Formats: sequence, structure tokens, C-alpha cells
Amino acid sequence: MMNKSIEIIIAGRRQRRRRWIVVTTSLAALLFVLCCAMLLLGNTIYPVKDVMLALLGYELKGVSFAVNSIRLPRMLAGFFAGIAFGIGGNTFQTMLRNPLANPNVIGITTGSSAAAVFCIVILHTSESIVSIASIIAGLATVLFIYLFSKGKSFSIGRIILVGIGIQAMLNAAISYILLVGAQQDIPSALRWLTGSLNGAQMHELPPLVIFVVIFAPIIILLGKHLSILELGEQSATSLGLNTDKTRIILIISAVFILALATATTGPIAFVAFLAGPIAKRLVGVGFSNVIPAGLVGANLVLASDLIGQFAFDVRYPVGIITGIIGAPYLIYLLIRMNQKGEL
Amino acid sequence: MNSSIDSKNNLLKPHIPRHFIAVLVACLVMLVLCIIASLVFGSRAISFNELIAGLFHQNVDSYGANVVRQRVARTVFSLFCGAALGISGALMQAVTRNPIADPSILGVNTGASLFVVGGIAFLNISTATQYIWLALAGAMITAVFVFGIGSMGRGGATPLKLVLAGAATSAALSSLVIAIMIPRSYVMDQFRFWQVGSVGAANWSSITTFIPFLIVGILLGILSIAALNALALGDEVAKGLGVRTGVLRLTAALAAVLLCGATTALAGPIGFVGLLATHVIRLILGPDMRYVVPMSAFAGAIILTISDVCGRVLGSPGELEVGVVTAFIGAPILIIIARKAKVRGL
Repeated sequence: MMNKSIEIIIAGRRQRRRRWIVVTTSLAALLFVLCCAMLLLGNTIYPVKDVMLALLGYELKGVSFAVNSIRLPRMLAGFFAGIAFGIGGNTFQTMLRNPLANPNVIGITTGSSAAAVFCIVILHTSESIVSIASIIAGLATVLFIYLFSKGKSFSIGRIILVGIGIQAMLNAAISYILLVGAQQDIPSALRWLTGSLNGAQMHELPPLVIFVVIFAPIIILLGKHLSILELGEQSATSLGLNTDKTRIILIISAVFILALATATTGPIAFVAFLAGPIAKRLVGVGFSNVIPAGLVGANLVLASDLIGQFAFDVRYPVGIITGIIGAPYLIYLLIRMNQKGEL
Repeated sequence: MNSSIDSKNNLLKPHIPRHFIAVLVACLVMLVLCIIASLVFGSRAISFNELIAGLFHQNVDSYGANVVRQRVARTVFSLFCGAALGISGALMQAVTRNPIADPSILGVNTGASLFVVGGIAFLNISTATQYIWLALAGAMITAVFVFGIGSMGRGGATPLKLVLAGAATSAALSSLVIAIMIPRSYVMDQFRFWQVGSVGAANWSSITTFIPFLIVGILLGILSIAALNALALGDEVAKGLGVRTGVLRLTAALAAVLLCGATTALAGPIGFVGLLATHVIRLILGPDMRYVVPMSAFAGAIILTISDVCGRVLGSPGELEVGVVTAFIGAPILIIIARKAKVRGL
């Protein structure tokens, strides 16, 4: 009898593991296809062989410039920013145990945006300073939200309300900076309202890539702890987890990658919100969905960017597409949570 | 025994809040000070003689006198807008029975924005009247939508549900706003000045366009005041007292949206004035809507005008638009309210 139930548990676990592997591999495969599409598609479609040669460093007239200076940086920016938004957003959602508690709603990316806009439009600083400022602003925003929403007991509602308040202030600051900015800066500054891969350049990418390569693995390694945190403070402590330390490491890592992604591409709307819930639905419960969330994020960004570039007469930045896809989902989620009485 | 008779008497006679007279006088004094400050301060300060010349001697044609005449329109406009936002905030909070209802938080402003941008882009609108009607339509539809989502499920429209519905709707609509703007740089150029919320571009014609909406909004508001008090006791009690809650809600909400929609159309989205005004007044005078509504109008006018003066002084030689100033004053207040409110209510 005992053995049988253990067998069932083991079989279930095996099944979930299989599902996790299948989902993750398919997401990775899809991502690879999208990356290739980003490199191959454009105003002119070059033969695959030429694109490969150009990537390997051969000088081909026209092809080299289009591929290496325009399409490759665009693809890399979308790839890494997507992973960063996916993993960062998922971390907050899991830790606070509420899909609505994502960086878009509680205003973390807005803090980074405001700092980046200020540095670019007013101070005209270099990329590295923009990155540093947006990280500091992101951390400061989290700190403020934490301090102001701290009360006798932990309340997700208060965090969200405080976050929305801070966000309103930061948005006002951004609109003002855009208003006093020179007219030629405005189109490029628009990306701070919505997020865009337009004009991504190779020399802007290193900070984002480095931080994603360092901090994403940290979050992935802590993925198990993240799942335990999701059970709630008491269960996590009784399972032997040092909740405070884990939480701080997770928050700092998530904010670092979110802030850098925001500084590089602007706050691509709703990716941080969508990736976690989609990954969870694909993977199911029981296994950490950090890696799938990152992959979903990157897939979302690249696919939306391809749609934005080629589906309409006008080229729309990626944030518009993700916004139009994401907002109805957010509203749907709200309606469902309201009906279940989870809020 | 005695005390119960006392309280009965209190209920029966028209009860004037304790500090009402003092608050009324203080408001009037502050209003006058505000008006003077708004005429005098700015990127160029005005001397007393210039002020008198500008106001009362039409034949004097000095630079300072002309500046004062310009500022008169701006001041009148900001007083009207502030009053409209104050009343609108008070009504909205009463109708939704929600301490943080404000057009900027509920996404109503973004709805108005979307319609105005759509109008600029697709219908070539340019006059103030066209702006108003489109913004009103947008504000109205968004308000109904947000309130519909927010009040689903158990417990009705709690503050948190409403705020989240507002934030989500606002995010969705602003994606659409930007999608309309991107291929049309001329829209962007008009829109970014409107987007930030300012009373700086006011002139007499925008004021005359605004007045009918203000009057209708105020009349509708006055009609619903008495019954709103009953509504504050809860829907069942209100029904028991013979209030037709559905009709009442509709009237008051219509008034609120009319006032804030018209303001948004002409001045752009200005947040938090209604929230702030109503809270200050309710804190001092208590919850009686007969006093809260009119005094919120005063408070709103004062807050908006002071914010505008601050913006002009701080932003000199340019100016800091009033929408930015109110957001910076109002958001901390929202945070304080969020901290004070009972966790359950959130």
C-alpha cells in the first residue's frame, strides 16, 4: 500500500519533469528560430549563406553592415532584455505570491526609466552612467516601496497602492523631462514611454549582457528556494530556509537585471508581467519556472518585435505590440481574480 | 437617558460642523491670497503698481500691466479647473465609497487622452469644444469600464480592486495612445504639451467653453448631495431611507465625469487635486456631503492655483507644469492614505 502511493508520487514527479524538459526545449527551439528570423528578415532578405558569412566576419558589401550593425544588436538586445524582464518579473511575482505584483504595476521599471530619461535628455551622459543611474534608481524605488508599505503586517495590497503612488510621481517627472527636452531628442525618448529595440547599438549592450550572465544564473540557482518562499513565510522558515537572506539576494539580482534591461531598451510593456504566468501555465506546478519564464520573456520580445516590424505599414516599437497583447490579459486576470474573490 | 435625547436632537437639527465658519473664512482668505500670488508671481515678478495698473487702468500699456492681464485669464481658468476637480473628487469618492477615487488613479484621464489623440489624428479636431466632447466620451466610457471590472466579485468595489482595474486599463489605453502617435509626429508634438497637464495656455475663449460644463456639473452634483449622505450609510440603508440608489449613483457619477472630463480636455490630465482637496476637507469638517462638496470646490481651486504658482516660481525662467506639481504633492498623500487604511479594506 505504502509502496504504491510512493510509486504514484514518483511517477507523477517523473511526468512533471518530462513536461518541464519538453516545454523548456520547445521554448529554446522557438527562441532559436526567432533569433534566426531576426537576422534574416529586414528590408532586404539576404541568402542564408551570406548572412552566415557576414556573422563570421567576412566583408560582404551591404550584407555585413545590415547584419552586424543593425540586425545583430537588435536581436541581442531583445534576447537579453526579454530574459531579464521574464526572470525579473517572475521573481517578484513568485516572491510576493501574486501575479499582479510585477515590476510594471508596482513601478520598479518606472524608476529606472525616469533615471535613464533624465541622464539621456538632460545630462547627455554616456551609456555606462545611464546604466549605473538606472540601477540605483531601480533599487531606490524598491527600497522606497518596501519602507512605505512596511506595516504591522505584510500586505500585498499596500505594496501595490504605494507602488502605484510612486509610479504616478515618476511618470509625471518623465512627462516633464520629455516636455523640456529638445525636439530632436523626443522620438528617441519615446522609447522610455513604451520600450523599443529601434536603434540598438553594439556598444550599448555589454552592461546588459554582463549583468544578465552574472545574475540570471544566481536566480536560476536559487529557483528552488524561490519555490519554497512561495509557500509563505512560515512554511519557508520551518523548512530551514533563511528567508530574509534569500529574499534580499533575489530582490537585488532581479532589480539589477530589470534596471539594466530598462536602461537599454526602455520598459518593454508587460513582458515582466506576462512571462511568469505563461511559463507557469506551460510548465505546471512542482518545478521551478525561472528558466521557462526567461525563455518566454525572450520569445515574447523577439516575436513582438518581428510583428511590429513587418506586420503593419508602419514600424511599431516592440512595446506597443506587447502592450496591446498584455493589457487585455491583465484585465482578464483581474476579472478572474475578482470573481474568485482572491483580491 | 439625557445623552440619547441629546443625540436625537443633534440628528434632527441641521448640524453645522464645528469648524465650519472658521474653515470657510480661512478658505476665502487663502483664495484671495492665491489669486494675488497667481497674478504677481511667475517667471517675472510684478510690482504692486503694475498689478493695479494692469487690473484697473485699461489705458496703461506697460509690459508689467500686460503680463498681469495675461495672468488674469490663467488664474480664473485654474480656479475653475481646481473647483471642478475638487467637486469631481468628492462625488467620485462618495459614489464609489472609496477613499482613493481620483480621475488619474482610475484611468479616466487616460481614456480622455485616447479619445483626444484619436480625434487629433483621425478627425483633425482642433477647437476646444471638439476636445471637450471627445474627452468626455472617453472619460465616461473608461469610468464605466473600470468601475465595472473593479466591482465584480465578492465585496464589491474595494479600493485595491478599483485601483488595479484603473492601472491595468490605463496601461492598455496608453499603449493605444502611443500606437496612434508613433506614425504621426505632428500629433506627438501637439500631444506632449497636452499630456503633462497645464493651465498655462488658458485664454478667455477656453474659459467660456468650460463654463457651461462647470455649471451643469455643479447642478447635477447639488441635486445628488443630500442622497449621497444616505448612500454613505450603505446601499441597503439608503434604499430603506427611500433613496433610489441606481439613479443617484448615475447622476453623481455623471456630474463627476462631466467635471473632470471637461477639465482634462482643456488643461490636460491633472491628477490628485480631487483626492487631496476632499481628504483635507473631510479631515477637518467630517463626512457630511453638504459641506464636503462645496468646500472641496474651494480647496481644489486653492490647491490647483497654489500648485500652478509654485510651478511657475520653481521652474523659472520656464515653468514647471501644474500636472507635475500636483503629482508630486498628491502621490505621497495617496501613500499615506494607503498606509492608514485598514489592511482588510485594501
